[in-house]
Amino acid sequence: MGMARAVLLFRLIVRPMVRDRARALLTVSAVALGVAVIVAVDLAGEASMGSFRSSLESLQGSASYEITQVGGIPEAVYGDLARLEVPLAFSPRIEGFALLPGTGEEVPIFGVDLVGDTTLGEAGSRPRPDVSELTDAPSVWVTASLGVSPGDTLPVVAGDRRMDLLVRGVIEPSGAGAGAGRFLLVDIALAERLLARAGRLDRIYVHAPPGDGLDWTERLVPHLPAAASVLPAGTRTDDNRRMLRAFRWNLRMMSYTTILVGAFLIYNTITAYVVRRRQQIGIARALGASRAMVRVAFLIEGAVFGAIGAVAGLLLGRVLAVGAVEAVGGTVSSLYVSSTPGEIAFSARTVATGLVAGLGMSLLSAWWPAREAAGVAPTEAMARARLDYRVRAASRRSAVVAAALAVLAVGFCFVPPVDRIPAGGYLAPILLAAACAAVSPRLCASALAAAGRLLSPPLGVIASVAARGLAASLGRTSVIVTAMAVAIGLVVSMGVTVGSFRETVADWLESRLKADFYVSPVADGGRGAASTMSEDVAARLEAVPGVVDVGRFRTYPVRYDGSPATLGLADVDLYRRHSGIDFFDAPAPETVWRALEAGEGVIASELFGYRHGVGPGDTIRLVLGSGPVDLAVAGIFYDYSGERELLIADRRALLAHLPDPRLSSAGVYLEPGADFEETRAALAQVLAGRGVEVTPTRAIRSEAIRIFDRTFTITYALEAIAMFVAILGMAEALLNLVYDRRSELALLRMHGASLAQVRRLVLVQAGLLGGLASLMGLALGAASSQVLLRVIHKQSFGWSLPLHWPVGFLAAMLGAIVVASVVAGLYPARVGARLVPVEVLRAE
Amino acid sequence: MVLRLLNVEKHYAVADQRVPALNGVSLDLGGGEWLAVVGRSGCGKTTLLNLAGAADLPTSGHVEIEGVRTSSLDDDALTELRRRRIGFVFQFLQLLPTLSAVENVELPLQLAGARRPRGRAVDMLEMVGIAALADRHPHQLSGGEMQRVAIARALVHGPGLLLADEPTGSLDDEAAASVIGLLRDMRERLGTSILMATHSPEAAAAADRRLTLRDGRLAAGAPAPGGPE
Repeated sequence: MGMARAVLLFRLIVRPMVRDRARALLTVSAVALGVAVIVAVDLAGEASMGSFRSSLESLQGSASYEITQVGGIPEAVYGDLARLEVPLAFSPRIEGFALLPGTGEEVPIFGVDLVGDTTLGEAGSRPRPDVSELTDAPSVWVTASLGVSPGDTLPVVAGDRRMDLLVRGVIEPSGAGAGAGRFLLVDIALAERLLARAGRLDRIYVHAPPGDGLDWTERLVPHLPAAASVLPAGTRTDDNRRMLRAFRWNLRMMSYTTILVGAFLIYNTITAYVVRRRQQIGIARALGASRAMVRVAFLIEGAVFGAIGAVAGLLLGRVLAVGAVEAVGGTVSSLYVSSTPGEIAFSARTVATGLVAGLGMSLLSAWWPAREAAGVAPTEAMARARLDYRVRAASRRSAVVAAALAVLAVGFCFVPPVDRIPAGGYLAPILLAAACAAVSPRLCASALAAAGRLLSPPLGVIASVAARGLAASLGRTSVIVTAMAVAIGLVVSMGVTVGSFRETVADWLESRLKADFYVSPVADGGRGAASTMSEDVAARLEAVPGVVDVGRFRTYPVRYDGSPATLGLADVDLYRRHSGIDFFDAPAPETVWRALEAGEGVIASELFGYRHGVGPGDTIRLVLGSGPVDLAVAGIFYDYSGERELLIADRRALLAHLPDPRLSSAGVYLEPGADFEETRAALAQVLAGRGVEVTPTRAIRSEAIRIFDRTFTITYALEAIAMFVAILGMAEALLNLVYDRRSELALLRMHGASLAQVRRLVLVQAGLLGGLASLMGLALGAASSQVLLRVIHKQSFGWSLPLHWPVGFLAAMLGAIVVASVVAGLYPARVGARLVPVEVLRAE
Repeated sequence: MVLRLLNVEKHYAVADQRVPALNGVSLDLGGGEWLAVVGRSGCGKTTLLNLAGAADLPTSGHVEIEGVRTSSLDDDALTELRRRRIGFVFQFLQLLPTLSAVENVELPLQLAGARRPRGRAVDMLEMVGIAALADRHPHQLSGGEMQRVAIARALVHGPGLLLADEPTGSLDDEAAASVIGLLRDMRERLGTSILMATHSPEAAAAADRRLTLRDGRLAAGAPAPGGPE
């Protein structure tokens, strides 16, 4: 590009941007916020994912495989493997969680073979105890971040036991993120006692020689019990990552909404520039500027907005990520797997995503106005109304396009998930938003005409002039209404979905948790962990006066069809007595209970049934402690406890396959009329000194709802940001309208319109934009919430969620949006009222 | 006296410099009188009309409209004054493009909160001879028709003073003559005083009196009818 052209472009682009500082700043802010949200969600997702991966992998070293068995691997297997004449090294593991009563923190505790395991060194600075250290007193090695020193006594609670451990040393795990390095390391013998594993190991890591290229799976199987499985090391981490993927995708998709709303804003800004600078463009064209030059000029303008916004967004995203990590990390811990947030670190991918989103969206949204600008002929430079005329003329065809897009959206709802990602479901709301955009000019034109007629009697001629002013700038009016409608649609659809979800979960908690108290180990390690307590806890509870039933519950992590699931063993007769299960698909409950008590069947959660395509009458094969066992699926039940596939079988019936009588939790049912507080005190008394806690069911329910609400904190934040960007867009659109129609405002003033009337005119326009956007957003949100509930949630999490309209929330929100719109109109109204008619008319 | 200007000065600040637009202008306009102010572009004609129409305030001196001194009024009172007692006709930008002809005419009545303004607006359009075009929008009207609508709008609320800024400036000879004829007719029927800024000798010739404005000052004596400005 020649110097002269560069100067011309500078004059066409940069100078107006600098002059229009307020609006340029609004636009850049919108892009920056959009990019920031994407970056923050990405960074937070990575940090939360990174942490649990690191804490488990930090002790995995270079293992190639891991051997596991439901209910634990008999210790003898380790000895047998160690004696094999193979170039493999074996590392036994016991894993659990310990509560540090001093701080109330739960940390992972690993039992390793401190004496015989030769592979430990690669996992970090290896503790080198002599045998006397292991026999003198219970010894523990801690990571530095826990802040205790060699020689200190560290009290811990693990399972239902309390124990004082002597800190022997401090270790630094290698290759772990800062947040991941908080754990305790004890000798395997101590871990067995502490976590009551009774001769069972949780896993054995297999280290193959580097680069031997052999598949040892088949070679190891003959030396293992039938119930044991050999999996590539890191399978558990992969499972977790896979499980978290849907959660992260949902967040990601939401984060893209803000940039989409921002894109409308860029479109609007550049369109306003094109409309305002038609004359300049015409002159430039008359003086020899080619169409391509004009188009490039406006595309560069979009790119400048995009680039500045993207860079600012990256920085802002880093700041927002701190809050997002907390929100996402909390959710991951509560719903998926215990984790400590890792470090927030920019990766090249995150930076690239932010830049592409900011720049790409800006260029894309600048494309149409740029094309429009390039279409300006030197002779029509004065025709300001052309764009709006075009939009009006095209609106009939657009209605057909909108209908086609809506039909396509419905079609996408029937597309099955791709690798568990509901791609069709994600596309459907985007298509619905596009349909909204297409039909928007037509709807706006009709609605504004009706609004003008309806509002004139109470508000006077100003309302009619306001409505017609918006209709006259239909191109831009419809774009800003669509932008706001998309943001409102997001809020409505999430409001309906979350409201439905919350209602469903609350009902489900009510029906599932029938006991009055639940008793579980203090250090339960959060989701996915398997802390246990001795069975005699239940026996003691039964002896407490006022207790009528004690339900014993034990969970085991199992695998089915290559994916992890939880097998819950429950006292089915109590389910029968207290009807603690709601079935999604099952024959008569009595038939189900009989099958379970006979040890021939399981019931499966809706998610399990959905993911594996199984239903009542199908048979599934599970590898349990005794080997493969075929179980009939007796029914499918509703389960909203998390994203883990769940199977429930009768505990007594399955003791044959999983003989460990220890319990994960126990439900205590009181006699009718028993004194709640008295019984609670009695329960606490019989369990004094044990590392277990008694929790009233209502506390569990309210904690579950608290976690539920926390889970959606980030959702609310994302919605709020999208809404904020939309309101920014509206303020900008109104400012544009005031500037572009200033001569009309001046005329009104000359003919006797008061300052208050001019202000009212702009505020009525703001209210009309907000009201129109609310109506369209409500429709879009209602349709999108159906997609979310029936397609995205079903395909991501396997949950059926009945629709509940949160009427109060929606009414309050729509009211708030109209008020916010009017507030956004205050500044433009002030600008409009400040125009000096004489000066405006002179300038025109 | 409908309008009185007493030693009026008006200065604008342009790039930190005071630029005088009017310098010591005094004039009187009686009831039903038609006064034409002629002069070159930039001589201060529009400034004079803005001051006379209570759309702007003088830097010094006084403007009195029907005995009310504009500099003693706040913005609301100035608006009220314009709304009730003054009508404006401009060369360009006469009509609101989003309103039909009759709606444009109704506008001052509606802004003043009048009830059922449609009848008066239609009567006014009848009076200016374009009642048949009442429902047309500005882009469907010719320049002369638009100016007739603008005159109807300027007079619909029965103002004592009509201010016309180059009312024939953008019209061809025939349309211009028709607009001047209409102004004359309206003045006779309604008794409205007219202050008209123009550089057209033909238009100026229709007025009762002509004043020449030169560099912000009124020139001594009136130019000969049809003579050079």
